[in-house]
Amino acid sequence: MTEKKRPSRAVDVLLILMMVLPLITAVVLNVLTAPAKEGIVIEGARVYYSANPDADLSQVFSTDFILTDAQINSWLVMISITGLCLFLTHGLQEHAVTVRQHIAEWIVEKVEGLVRANMGDFHVQSFSAFVCAVLGLSVFSSLMSLLGVFAPTSDLSVVGGWALLVFLVITGYKACCGPRIYVRTFTSDGAVVAALNVIGEVATPISMAFRHYGNVMSGAVIAVLVSAFLQWLSSVLLGWLPGVLGEIPFLQVGLPAILSVYFDLFSGALQAYIFSMLTMLYVSGGFPLEEYIKRHSHAEKSSVLAA
Amino acid sequence: MTEIALAIVLGCCALGAGIAMIAGIGPAIGEGYAVAKSCEAIGRQPESRGEVTSTMIMGCAIAETTGLYALVVAILLIFVAPGSMTAVITNLGK
Repeated sequence: MTEKKRPSRAVDVLLILMMVLPLITAVVLNVLTAPAKEGIVIEGARVYYSANPDADLSQVFSTDFILTDAQINSWLVMISITGLCLFLTHGLQEHAVTVRQHIAEWIVEKVEGLVRANMGDFHVQSFSAFVCAVLGLSVFSSLMSLLGVFAPTSDLSVVGGWALLVFLVITGYKACCGPRIYVRTFTSDGAVVAALNVIGEVATPISMAFRHYGNVMSGAVIAVLVSAFLQWLSSVLLGWLPGVLGEIPFLQVGLPAILSVYFDLFSGALQAYIFSMLTMLYVSGGFPLEEYIKRHSHAEKSSVLAA
Repeated sequence: MTEIALAIVLGCCALGAGIAMIAGIGPAIGEGYAVAKSCEAIGRQPESRGEVTSTMIMGCAIAETTGLYALVVAILLIFVAPGSMTAVITNLGK
């Protein structure tokens, strides 16, 4: 009889704390620093720290260094996801006995299946981890709004950073067979089309960033508008009630929650899926697979011959 | 004089935001067409429902891009442009 080894409890508690504490920190920071809101207030990320508060923010290239809650929340999300991954993979065994190992294996299998379906077998090994990271970060960042804090994905700077990273990956894979092949992908259809191709290439990160940011941001704007409208409506309809009863916006109960199911849960998950899907399609579409395999096998042959 | 200039700029910002959102017509028609076609496809081949649905959602997301450009322009015109334009005009007035 072999005794099943269970993962140690103390490490588990530490990892769960690593998952939960960043989220609690985000909520507490938000509660402590949020100013009281009246009516319709739609604002961007709050600035926690500014190295040079007098700098002119209306300029595009400001010399100021600022720390906003979008940045802080996205780092907290990253710490929390790291804790989740460590927790799921803690105490792995050859034959899965724990629930968390089943969950971890399910995630890995699903992501590998997604990558295989969209990019082919060649990229599964190298790309599953990256796609899963993009997907998880995007989903959890969007879901931060369920805790009532500023979701990092509704800040253009955060999503723009992701899109820039993905653009670098795409360009790296396109140019992996040398600059000649990279330039040929633009100029293969003539000079006029080449200019359009260059514009389309530059537009890739912009459109990816705007798509993700615009969807999450529009949900936040609509939620604020609807709840402000309901507040006004209940003050008109129910304002005659005596005392405190007249001041409570009863009509705000219910409808914003239904909107939140769509805009926070569905739209957030969908945008994460689309972002990672586009990453996969752009990379596998731009990667010169045949050329790469030809060179690779040629290099192997020549090294064999040299030996 | 500065007040009149400010009023014109603020009014034009609001007007421009409204005009920008006319672009919402395009993605609406495009996505409706995509969904209609995918409904037809599912009706013809019900077993391909999963693949058709995921492809349709991808296509809708890409068709939605132009609408989101308009949304970003409108948001910039409402929340960002008035502040920076006010700063410019008050500097000119001095």
